Amino acid sequence: MTKEVSLDHVWVEFENFVAVEDANLTIAGGEFFSFLGPSGCGKTTLLRCISGFQEPTLGRIRIGNHDMKGVGPNRRPTALIFQNLALFPLRSVADNIAFPLEVRGVEKRERRRRADELLEMIALPGQGDKRIDELSGGQKQRVAIARALAVKPDILLLDEPLSALDLKLRQHMRTELRAIQKQVGLTFIYITHDQGEALTMSDRVAVMSRGKIQQVADSRTIYDRPATSFVASFVGENNAFAGTVLAKDGQGITIDAGLGVPLVAALRADSGVTPAVGEPCHLFIRPEALVPMTSGSPNSFEARLVKEEFEGHMRHLLLQAGEHQLRMSLVNNGLGGSVAGADGRLTVGFVPELAVALPLGLLASA
Amino acid sequence: MKDFLGIRRFFAGLVERNGLAVSLYLTAAVGIWIFLLIILPQLTMFDYSFHHNLPPAKVGGPEDVYTLEHYRYFLRGSGNGSAYNVLDMSVLVRTLVAAIFVTVFDLVICYPVAFMLAKSSSAGRARLMVLALIVPYWINEILRAFAFRILFGSSGVINEFGMAVGLWGSPIDFIREDVALYAGLAYAYILLMIFPLYNAIESLDINQLEAARDMGATRLQVHTKVVIPYAKPGIASGSTMVFMLTAGALAAPEILGGPSNLWFTQIVYQWFNSGGNWPRGSAYAMILLVVCIAFVLLTMRLFKVSIGAIGR
Repeated sequence: MTKEVSLDHVWVEFENFVAVEDANLTIAGGEFFSFLGPSGCGKTTLLRCISGFQEPTLGRIRIGNHDMKGVGPNRRPTALIFQNLALFPLRSVADNIAFPLEVRGVEKRERRRRADELLEMIALPGQGDKRIDELSGGQKQRVAIARALAVKPDILLLDEPLSALDLKLRQHMRTELRAIQKQVGLTFIYITHDQGEALTMSDRVAVMSRGKIQQVADSRTIYDRPATSFVASFVGENNAFAGTVLAKDGQGITIDAGLGVPLVAALRADSGVTPAVGEPCHLFIRPEALVPMTSGSPNSFEARLVKEEFEGHMRHLLLQAGEHQLRMSLVNNGLGGSVAGADGRLTVGFVPELAVALPLGLLASA
Repeated sequence: MKDFLGIRRFFAGLVERNGLAVSLYLTAAVGIWIFLLIILPQLTMFDYSFHHNLPPAKVGGPEDVYTLEHYRYFLRGSGNGSAYNVLDMSVLVRTLVAAIFVTVFDLVICYPVAFMLAKSSSAGRARLMVLALIVPYWINEILRAFAFRILFGSSGVINEFGMAVGLWGSPIDFIREDVALYAGLAYAYILLMIFPLYNAIESLDINQLEAARDMGATRLQVHTKVVIPYAKPGIASGSTMVFMLTAGALAAPEILGGPSNLWFTQIVYQWFNSGGNWPRGSAYAMILLVVCIAFVLLTMRLFKVSIGAIGR
């Protein structure tokens, strides 16, 4: 059974401080949904609202059409996986997994049977009698998931569960989590500040900043068509130019970004709010969208090569253009050689379709 | 030999970490404390308890031989028949039962307080509460016992209040009913219960409580299934201390005890003082110590707590 979760204009206020501002979205049953944002953006508060540890100041939370107001965390169809997993160190693996059954008065033999079944599912068969501290990080992770699934919740909430693992294991667990989600077919609501996690695993991502949901979309849209300056600068690397809109027509928007030449960003049917003529704006060009060009081409400008970093498959160039420092990434073609002339100067540019123009807004601090 | 090597290795480690001077000081201080102030007096008492009660002139003389007379006296009394010393034994049992009662009472009072301190209050408020708990203990134990006597006296605050409100008509003799004694004893060692509990609960990850709640545990189940098992060493440590000190208390029973209630320590005191029989007093003190330790060990075994856990 999958149930949808809907947040209906949810506000959470603490003393002199708004943690969540008008969160309004619906998460479909069976969806892998992520809340992505820097620490303090309100994503954990929102998760605590859904799990029942926090009551919204205003607004309503529904799970499968049931209003959750006044329903305690122990009576909600949600299971929460904590950042530090919160396994019980004094209990064996099987007793940890069976805890939700134990508090519901399920008898011992049935508990054991169910725990064994779940251990089978998480590929730890026969390990039920081990102590928690005998398990590796990844195994603990899986035990926490099994424990959360023991009473067949409708919604699994995950609060940065991978952040304590090392890089290799983290990448492995991403695939595994996604596989478990497909297997059990539950709604997963995932909280993270790691955009790699959010983008690779999720059906949809909500990017949050300072209590506000900035954009809700699938990973590709978040990356390619960010809705706000915050999203553009927070997700992935981006070169941001503050400027003014010079002209705007059906195809594109022309911007003076202080580089000496007007630059054009394409407008598409799905472009959201775009700045009007004469207004201040942000122009975003991803490092991989910048390419060397011949001097005088449209949408190109002069730059000076400051530094080059070699990362094997990619070459990262640090450029200076006018007042701006910008990054350019090129795929390593294996031929080497400098992209800049002998004087360290080069012309770079981009195609209008790969640039994004947005109303001037707050950038994510690096 | 093996033990000796172990000690040598321990000392070498100590020197490595703290330097020779500090290590020598630590070893000497702890050694003197344990041997001179704990082991030696106990050993002396132990030895005393096997001697006849002789006038000073005869000590060390031909009559000064080892005897089980005093232990026999505890069991059989002065009679020659098969009668048991019911009086002293029942005082011992009553003392133990009362100490158990006081311990359980303290545990019941302190657990919520310790939990609140450790998990539900902000750091600043917790510190204030701890201070409020400690400050009354700056007053001498005997003065506190007298304060309780005044509080519970026939014209004390409690009687005055109860009668003014109309709960009871004439003054209740709280002292004769031993209410004052139990209250005084429970109060006397309450900090020794709160702090081990607080320490144990404080280190419990708050996520564990929320995880338990999230997985469907009621508030009560969170305590019975997560907090109490985790705090067991603290509970054992606090209970042991309160039980031992209550069973060995002297001032509170002297001041607050009713005329009919004799505490076992008072019998020990009587043998030493008015009875003038130090060996018998020593034997009685030994009996109290051994019975208490045995009882504590038994209880710990019953609740599956290891001795090592208490030190945590």
